[in-house]
Amino acid sequence: MERGAKRWFLVAALAATVVSLFAGQFNRYYMGVTIDIGINIIMAVSLNLINGHTGQFSLGHAGFMAVGGYTAAKLSLLFGAQIPPAAAPVFFAVILLAGGLVAALSGLAVGVPSLRLKGDYLAIVTLGFGEIIRVIFQTTESLGGATGLTGLERYTNLAWAFVLAALTVYVVSCLVNSTYGRGFIAVHDDEVAASAMGINPTKYKVVAFVIGAFFAGIAGGLYAHHKLVLKPDGFDFMRSIEFVVMVILGGMGKTAGVILAAVILTVLPEFLRGFADYRMIIYSLLIIILMVARPQGLFGSWKTARKQAAPTA
Amino acid sequence: MFYIQQLINGLALGSIYALIALGYTMVYGVLRFINFAHSDILMVGAFAAFFLAPGIQGIFGPESIPGALLIFFFSALICALLGVLIEMLAYRPLRNRPKLTVLITAIGVSLFLEFTCQHKGVFGSKTRPFPTLIPAQEIHFGELVVSSNDLVVLIVTLLLLAALRFIVQRTKIGTAMRAVSFNPQAAALMGININHIISFTFALGSALAAIAGIFYAMRSPGIEPLMGIQPGLRAFIAAVVGGIGNLPGAALGGIVLGVIEAIAGGLPGVSNYRDGIAFAILILILLFRPAGLLGKFQAEKV
Repeated sequence: MERGAKRWFLVAALAATVVSLFAGQFNRYYMGVTIDIGINIIMAVSLNLINGHTGQFSLGHAGFMAVGGYTAAKLSLLFGAQIPPAAAPVFFAVILLAGGLVAALSGLAVGVPSLRLKGDYLAIVTLGFGEIIRVIFQTTESLGGATGLTGLERYTNLAWAFVLAALTVYVVSCLVNSTYGRGFIAVHDDEVAASAMGINPTKYKVVAFVIGAFFAGIAGGLYAHHKLVLKPDGFDFMRSIEFVVMVILGGMGKTAGVILAAVILTVLPEFLRGFADYRMIIYSLLIIILMVARPQGLFGSWKTARKQAAPTA
Repeated sequence: MFYIQQLINGLALGSIYALIALGYTMVYGVLRFINFAHSDILMVGAFAAFFLAPGIQGIFGPESIPGALLIFFFSALICALLGVLIEMLAYRPLRNRPKLTVLITAIGVSLFLEFTCQHKGVFGSKTRPFPTLIPAQEIHFGELVVSSNDLVVLIVTLLLLAALRFIVQRTKIGTAMRAVSFNPQAAALMGININHIISFTFALGSALAAIAGIFYAMRSPGIEPLMGIQPGLRAFIAAVVGGIGNLPGAALGGIVLGVIEAIAGGLPGVSNYRDGIAFAILILILLFRPAGLLGKFQAEKV
């Protein structure tokens, strides 16, 4: 993977840039869905670093997306008007980065205390942090309160979404495949054995959490400047669940699978639009059926799933 | 005075949370996963009561005690059957799979129930007023105002807790439940039919959820298919705060959470953050007692 990763990254980035040059000729609706796909890929792949590769079950990823989104949106509302159009891409890159960094900081703040917990407890604490973040946004008047932030500039386009998605995939896969990154997988496989080998599990978990939160923050910035409206409701725990479902469906820790799952799960609800009222019912049924039929994820191998199922106690 | 008033409100709210939390914690005890669909079962319970009420009250007269008892009984029965059905169809095929898979399936079941009930052919998504089941009065103790409904909730919860304790500790099936929760393989070797015990656990938990759902509906302005999410989430927190898998812990956690929430909700400045407070408490407690208030910390065996 790592040998090809850079090439794939360049190809994907180039393709996204070229396609976005012709963006005007595309149907606006398809364009919007395609950008959604890019944003969801960033979210799913970054969550995969935490949930899949490192094996820590986080249910609060949408919270970090909210932090990044609100940071970027507030900055663009404050300074966007003074920026000349020529400097807009630079400005957008800066506010995305700022969003990512603030999200990473909040990831650090959440991760350091909570990553001492395991399994369901960690899941519920991250869920809690996600909800607390949402409540804070909901009650802070300078951030729009319950009505949210509006009047954002449409900075996000296909190129931004997919270049950053490619970058996320590149960074995460290079990280996991590096000598350092083997530690994530060691922590996932057996924490006790990993610490016996001189790996500090807590440190690895926090690093995974912070990096995951950073990319979630960037995705949040993209999302804000794509939808142009930022509401606290959009980042509730159902949203986090959506990303978790993508990771599990793709096969935990399988980057290619997770990307495909992100694409499928973004497009599927749109395809089901024709069924209007039955859309979400079918969606939820599909989750159940997929879990019963292919618990290792659509693209996971059966062997790893069986190994995980073996009693550990 | 203000605090005592809020304390009483909180106790009533907390007992509802406790009833729901018991369901979470019982299922966790035998199957070791969080049954996300539990919060929707309580919604179904409230709707069952909503649809049963006109018929039953037509026979026994409005706001009659026997009528209310029957409504509670049949709603609990419907939910118990639903809980058993969900377990058989969605969770049983996944019995030996990774717990994460089951968790996601549970989320899928929860979404399925919510969206199905929101469909206009089922319940529809608009809020409906909940009928009065029991005559409500306000009882004055000096400056304190206690709603009779709150008292009923408290007393019924205490009775149910006592009954549950009796079932779990003194009966044969309760002993089997504890055995399955302690070690499923060994329990099976001792001749316990694990499937029956798990079905029974789901039935019991879902019945309690139905009753809690009706109580919750009586306190809220109306019922709608998403009404279970908030109390469900709180109850889930309560179960974790008390130490998940631990029955007295779930009851204690529910009541603690309800009281703190009611008091915080009455304080100016803090009340806006009400939704976040439950989670803040949870995080604080877990940081200092990672296994919950009454949970035992288990060292990992290598």
